[in-house]
Order: sequence, then C-alpha cells, then structure tokens
Amino acid sequence: MSDVILDVEGLETLLGGERRLLGAARPPVRAVAGVSLALRRGEILGVVGESGCGKTTLGRTILGIQRESAGTIRLDGRVVSGLPPREARRARHDVQYVHQDAAAALDPWWSVGRSLEEALLINGIGRRAEREARLGRMLAAVGLEPALGRRYPHELSGGQLRRVTLARVLVLAPRIVILDEPTSGLDLSVQATVLRLVRELLGELRLTCLFISHDLSVVRQMCDRVAIMYLGRIVELAATRQLFEAPVHPYTRVLLAAAPRLVAGQDLHAAPILGEPPSPTAVPSGCAFRTRCLHAVDVCATREPALEPAGAGRTVSCHRWREIPAAPVTAD
Amino acid sequence: MLVLRKFARDTSGMVGLVIVLTAVVVAVLAPRLAPHPLDAYESHPLRRLQAPSDASPFGTDNLGRDVLSRVILGTRAALSIALLVVAGAMLIGVPLGLVAGYYRGWMPEVIMRVTDVFLAVPQLILALALAQLLGPSLRNAMLALTLTYWPFFTRIVFAETRRIRVSVFVEALEGLNAGAGRVMFAHILPNAAPPIIVRATIGMGFTILSAAVLGFLGMGATPPDPEWGLAIAESRQYLPEAWWFATFPGLAIFLVVFGFNLLGDGLRDVVDPRLRRSR
Amino acid sequence: MSAGDLLLRVEGLRISIPTDDGVAQILDHVDLRIPRGRIVGVVGESGCGKSTLARAVLGILPRAARVDAGRIVFEGEDLLALDQRELTRRIRGKEIGFIPQDPFLALNPTFKVGTQLLEIMRWHAPDGGDGGGGRRGAHRARLLDLLRAVQIADPEAALDRYPHQFSGGQRQRLLIAGALACRPRLVIADEPTTALDVTTQLQILRLLRDLANRFGLSMLFVTHDFGVVAQLCDDVMVMYAGQSVEGGGTAEILERPRHPYTQLLLACHPDRAQDLAGIPGTVASPLAPPPGCRFHPRCPSARPDCAVARPATVVDAGGHAVGCVLYHAGAVPAARPS
Repeated sequence: MSDVILDVEGLETLLGGERRLLGAARPPVRAVAGVSLALRRGEILGVVGESGCGKTTLGRTILGIQRESAGTIRLDGRVVSGLPPREARRARHDVQYVHQDAAAALDPWWSVGRSLEEALLINGIGRRAEREARLGRMLAAVGLEPALGRRYPHELSGGQLRRVTLARVLVLAPRIVILDEPTSGLDLSVQATVLRLVRELLGELRLTCLFISHDLSVVRQMCDRVAIMYLGRIVELAATRQLFEAPVHPYTRVLLAAAPRLVAGQDLHAAPILGEPPSPTAVPSGCAFRTRCLHAVDVCATREPALEPAGAGRTVSCHRWREIPAAPVTAD
Repeated sequence: MLVLRKFARDTSGMVGLVIVLTAVVVAVLAPRLAPHPLDAYESHPLRRLQAPSDASPFGTDNLGRDVLSRVILGTRAALSIALLVVAGAMLIGVPLGLVAGYYRGWMPEVIMRVTDVFLAVPQLILALALAQLLGPSLRNAMLALTLTYWPFFTRIVFAETRRIRVSVFVEALEGLNAGAGRVMFAHILPNAAPPIIVRATIGMGFTILSAAVLGFLGMGATPPDPEWGLAIAESRQYLPEAWWFATFPGLAIFLVVFGFNLLGDGLRDVVDPRLRRSR
Repeated sequence: MSAGDLLLRVEGLRISIPTDDGVAQILDHVDLRIPRGRIVGVVGESGCGKSTLARAVLGILPRAARVDAGRIVFEGEDLLALDQRELTRRIRGKEIGFIPQDPFLALNPTFKVGTQLLEIMRWHAPDGGDGGGGRRGAHRARLLDLLRAVQIADPEAALDRYPHQFSGGQRQRLLIAGALACRPRLVIADEPTTALDVTTQLQILRLLRDLANRFGLSMLFVTHDFGVVAQLCDDVMVMYAGQSVEGGGTAEILERPRHPYTQLLLACHPDRAQDLAGIPGTVASPLAPPPGCRFHPRCPSARPDCAVARPATVVDAGGHAVGCVLYHAGAVPAARPS
C-alpha cells in the first residue's frame, strides 16, 4: 500500500465540553466520530457534507491544530497521532491547511508580503535571498504581481486573498494540502479562475489534496474521489463519477437530489422530504441518519452500521444498501 | 487616513489633542519659557506673596518665587512622572495580560485573580498605602503608582488577547507552526494596540492627578521641587488671601488631566465606537 | 406579453449614491417586468446592483441614494412618486412583502416570535386584516393559519418561543410568514436561502413555490446562484454592474443565453465549465464605470460602438430580452411584442 500517503483510522475528535468547578459540566460534541479514510498519492479527495457535519473539524484534526481523542493517523506509514499540538504540527509538516475565510486568515496589521515571508521564517528557511526567490516564484505561480506584497489584506479582492493564502501554504512545499471551502463566498467567475488555479497547481506540484466543500457541483468538477459526511461519520466514499451517477447511501441520494443544478424545469417535489437535521449534541442511536431516512427499519436504531465495501472502490455505511432500489436521482 | 479624518471631525478630541500637545511643548521648553527659570530653587524673601501683576502674572508664593515659572517648570515634572509611571505599568501589565490571555490552565487563573485583587481596591488608596510604606520621596511615589496601575493594562490586554487568540489568522499561524512568542508579540499585541493606547492616554491624566495628590499629602515630591500638588499643599496656610498661590497650579492640573481625558475619549471613539457605551 | 398582466414594471431605473470618493452609479439602466403569479429571479455577481434594485422597489434605499431616472410601476402606480409615509402605510409590508437574507439577524432575539409577528400585522392592518372588528384574536388566528402554511410544527407553542429556539430553516419559515402576514401581492426575497444548507434550502424553495401557487403571489427573487434560479424561478433577469443585460424565461436563458456576459458566466458554473476559464478582467467600479455597455471592456465580442451608448434592449417574440449590439443588426430579428 505504498499508494497511500495518509491513512486515517477510527479518528475521533471531541469539541467543547467543559468541566467546571461550579455549575453543570457540558458534555463534549463528537464532531468527528470514527472516521477512516486513506488518501492516495496525488489524488484530490472531496469531503462533502452540510454545516455541522464535522468536515472542517476533520481537516483541522488531520492538520494537527485540533487534537484527536481517539484513532490513528499515519503519514507514509509512520504514526503521527497521539502527540501534543506543537509536536503534532512538527510531525505533520508535510500537511498544510488553507482556511475557508481567506480575509480573516491574514493578520490585518501585516502586509501580505510580510505574512507570506513569515511562513518561511517560521519554518526555518533562513536566508533572505532564498526566501525572496521562493516567494517570487510562488507569487508568479498563483498569478499575483510581486508589487501586491506591499498591500494589506483589506486592500485585496476575494480572489486575490485566496491566491495569497494558497501561496503562503504552497511555498512551504507540503505534500498534502487541505483546502477548506476554497471558493466559498466567491463570485462564479472568480470561483472558476480559482478552481482552475488550484487544479493546475496541484498537478504541477504533484500534491495530494483533501478538498472540503459543501458545493456538490464544485466537488464533482474537482475531485477524483468523494467522501460524504453526516454528523461526524463518513456514510459513503466512492470515485466521483460512481458516486454522482449511482449514489448508494440514502443520505447521498437526498443530498444529490437537493443540490441545485443548472437544469430548468426541475420538479422541486421529486426529491424525498427531509426533516430538520438532528443537533450534533443529540445524535440518534444506531445509524445517525435513521431519523431522516425513508428506508429506516428497527435494526437502524439499535446498531451503528460499519463502513463496508460495496463494489468497485466504493464503501458505504448503511444496513440496507443492498436492498434499497437503485437511485432515482436524475442524471444529467 | 480615514482614521485621521474621522478624528479631525471630533471637536472634543481635537481640543484634548491641542491641550496635550501644548503641555508637551511647554514641558520640553520649560526652562526657556519660564520668565524666572531659576525660581525653581531660589527664594526671594522680599517679594513674598505678591498678587498677580505685570511682573509676575500668576503672583508669587510664600518664598517670593514666581508662580507662573513654577507652574511651567512643574509641567515637565508632571508629564515625566506620568510617562514613566504609565510606561512602567505597561511594561508589567501588558506581558502579563498577553500570557494570561494566550495560555490556558492555572497560570492565567493566578495572574487574573491577583489582578482582580488589585482592581478591587481603588488605585489611589492602594498607592497611598504603598507610598507610605516605602517612605516619602518622588521615586517611591512613582514606584507606588506604577505598582498599582499595571492591573488596568493586564485586564484590557487579557480581554483583547482572549478575543484575538481565537481569530482565524492566529489559528492559521498555529497551522504554520508559529511559536507562542511570535504569535503573542508580533501578531496579538499590534491587534490589541488600540485599546491599550486609549487606556494609556487616559492613564496619563489619571497619573498626573494621583501624583499631585501624593505630592499634596507629602508623599511625593519634596520641597523645593516645583510640583503642582506640593505647591497646593504649601499654599494652604496662606488661603484665602493668597488665592493665586493655590489657584494656578490647580488650574494646571485640571487642564492637563482634562486634556488627556478628552484625547483618550476621542481616540476611543476613533478606534472603536462600540467602546463608548461599555464604560 | 401585454402590459396588462404585469404586476411590477421597472423601467430605465438609474440610482446613484454619493460617497467620500465620488458618486457611485449603482444602477445605470435597469428594466424588470414581473407578470402576475410568476417568480422572477434577479441574478448577478456581487456588486451588480441586484440588492439595490430590490431595495428600490421596497423603498428602503439608503438615505443618501438618489434616483436619477426611471419608473417603478406597481399596479399601475409609480412608487417613486409616493412619499415615504404613503409607502409605509399602503405599500411596504402590506402590498409588497419582504423576506430578508439572514434568518439569524432578522428577528429580534429579545422578543417572542409571536409578539414580533403580531406587531407587523397590527402595524399594517389595525382592522384585523379582514376588515372585521380589529380584535387581537383575528390577527392571532390569521397568524396561526400562516404558521401552518409555512409548516411550522405546533404553531400555538411557536408563538411563545424566542428566535434562538428555532433552527435556521425554521427561522426562515417564520420570516416568510411575516412577509405574508398582510396578504401582499408581491414578495421580494433577497437571497433567502444563502445561509442555509442544500437540503434545508430545497425545503424553503419548495415552500415558496407552493405558497406562490396557493396565494397567487408574484415574487422577485434575488440570488447569485443560477442553480437556485433553475430550481425555483419562472423568469430570470441577469444584471451586470448596474445594468440589466438579459431577461426571459428561465429555460430559455439557461439553454440559449444571448448576451456575452450571460454566456461567459454560465460557462463558469462548475456544472458546465470544462476549462474553468473565468471571465477576463474585473468588474468596473461604480465610481468610474465605462461608458456605454458596462461589460464591453471584458467582452470578447466588443465593437467600437459598445462604448458609445448603452445598447437598446431587443425583445423577441418569446419575451427573451437582451441589451447587446450583437442583436441589433439583422442577425436575430428584433420582434416587438404585440
């Protein structure tokens, strides 16, 4: 399995939760509840889900700024989990993360150029000439004028800020980048150019990428494989084409049916009705999705389904995936 | 630039700025501006307690010294005391606030509880007690003021640090594996600067007042130093006849403290309009 | 399409706002037609003026804004000719309802939901909304009906709860009920689903469609998302930098866009984009907009006359309107509606 660069097994992250001297203790939320996935060298793996599904926490845990409470992370077969935060970051130096909110991810008091250079300084790339050369190359690679370095974050457009945050991370020559909603908040035309840039850079630098997004259209366009998350769990993982053309898990089907597509005259009532998602603090017993699932039976309430192989390269976490009739999702 | 334009529209802030700048100029040029610069330490028994006249517009004091000259010379003392005390308090308070705000666990708890204890007692009373303990001298008065003023900075910096610590750019820095020192001093501190500057400005006025009180009570400057609080103390037994002896140093205190407060309030509005209601 | 079945007609609307750096020409020339009973999407990228258009129709423009030209005709009456008092009393919230963008900000967290919604109703219809009696009971009964219509579970209990006790989707339902409280004929929705997840968004869109059918509502739906337009809207109007560039039936615009901007923008959608080319250049600043067609500096088909004057709008027999010189010469017959 030299094919796998990053291997995550049974990862679990608890968020919040406070023991207080006075007053009631707040129980933590299991934001990531036993996720296993293998990132293959050079692929773009999409992680998709609705807000609160734990996709961002998964990214932050893999990065190491959020400590896992259980599970193992292996980088090139070497265990890099179970460490305190700073050591975890040092061990996972090959993994870098690009924040969703590019404007907020830069210190407003620092010029963009200084922020970029700082990334190199922190990581001990010492000589000034070398830093400047690397930054110059990287700015050119992300399509920014070197003169932009003197400006401050609030003076840049959304698209430019994305490029800056991307450059700040890529200049460190990581092998894995985690992109968290890389185009959220961008206009359609800017989104297109940023996505193209991401695709080109990932290919050129031969990077492996965990692509976190809620936008199914974007994921379909960008990713090789896609994992669908629901309440901290991966419910289905398959090659992009396979997943979009023949979704297996009931939640995947609902999600695909609900996503807006560029086809006029859709029947808004074709997709199955769904209630409100349960709160992450009160996850249903057994299968987390069962309260909104059209196919739920007794066993779904008592036993949590495991992520099991379901045909070529697909894994799915559902007791009844074999029995549910083929997806009625409209293909386009 | 926008900030400057906004500040220029704030009349009271501009008045404060003009007062403070005037005070600074007076302090710097004091020996040249004062008509009788040597009156700081010389006495003229023959000209005791003369009412304001063309020769000495503010009159003369019990030792025949020109009150105007001593008020002007006192500006320098007042401002330098305030500057040293506030700087000293910041030097202690700001790093403590940063550390308490940045880390979790018992250390911030200890720092903040000690801060709370200091803040629970009015600063002036605490400073009086401390100055008494150390023995009356200007140096000890300044030390007492410094040692009782730092918690104000700790409190503010702590709150700001807690807020900025969870911002996305700090998290991004941690993702890049930046060290705590770098994050605290190169990133959080500049972002926390505006409220610190506001507090320091108001603190200057406050310290001038406290120093005057200490001087008045005989725990600060010692005769014959030209110090405003001390001058008022000396004038007491000549009141109400020699009203000018107490009035002009008092006006000087009032004006400079007023100026610093106006300036601080003006800065507060420029920096963050939201702060106005919170205090 | 005859003018008779139009509920709202915006013609040649120009709005500018003076700023510290000069006068911003937010809307340069906007035409919009909303036929009775139809949902019309207004779509464009940020800064195109779509929200300003919605606010102009509601009469809630910023104080400094100036209307330089144009008309907003609602039920045969020019809203721009009415003063604020009359707009407030007769039109806004009553004839025209508003669904705001952010369900988390639009409700006051310190008051019960029922109190807030009943206040809206009392404000606009002191007689109970049915011309009968003016009793609180009438309002309450109508509100309960509305909450049932927007599918709030247990409406009686919902009235006594506070906004934070509802999820984002439920809050948006409450706001929809608020917008419908006084039986409006037109509802203006400004990106009402942008803050929501896709499964919740679908349920809200579904609800809007059902309510429009049931109450015969017309709707002006502001969005940046062509996918949502495809799901919900009958007609769509595309805006660029303060100009309406193209309008028509949703299927027509999505399948056969004519304006170069619409064509390029649709090609940027990840469902369509093969090479993700984007659109070269950046959106013109409203402080110094290019003359003529505001898209011409970025347009691959631009001609010298594009910079001279804003191209006249050409409407074909199917109601597909486009403001582009490419369609002025005989290439596409400029049929006028009868």
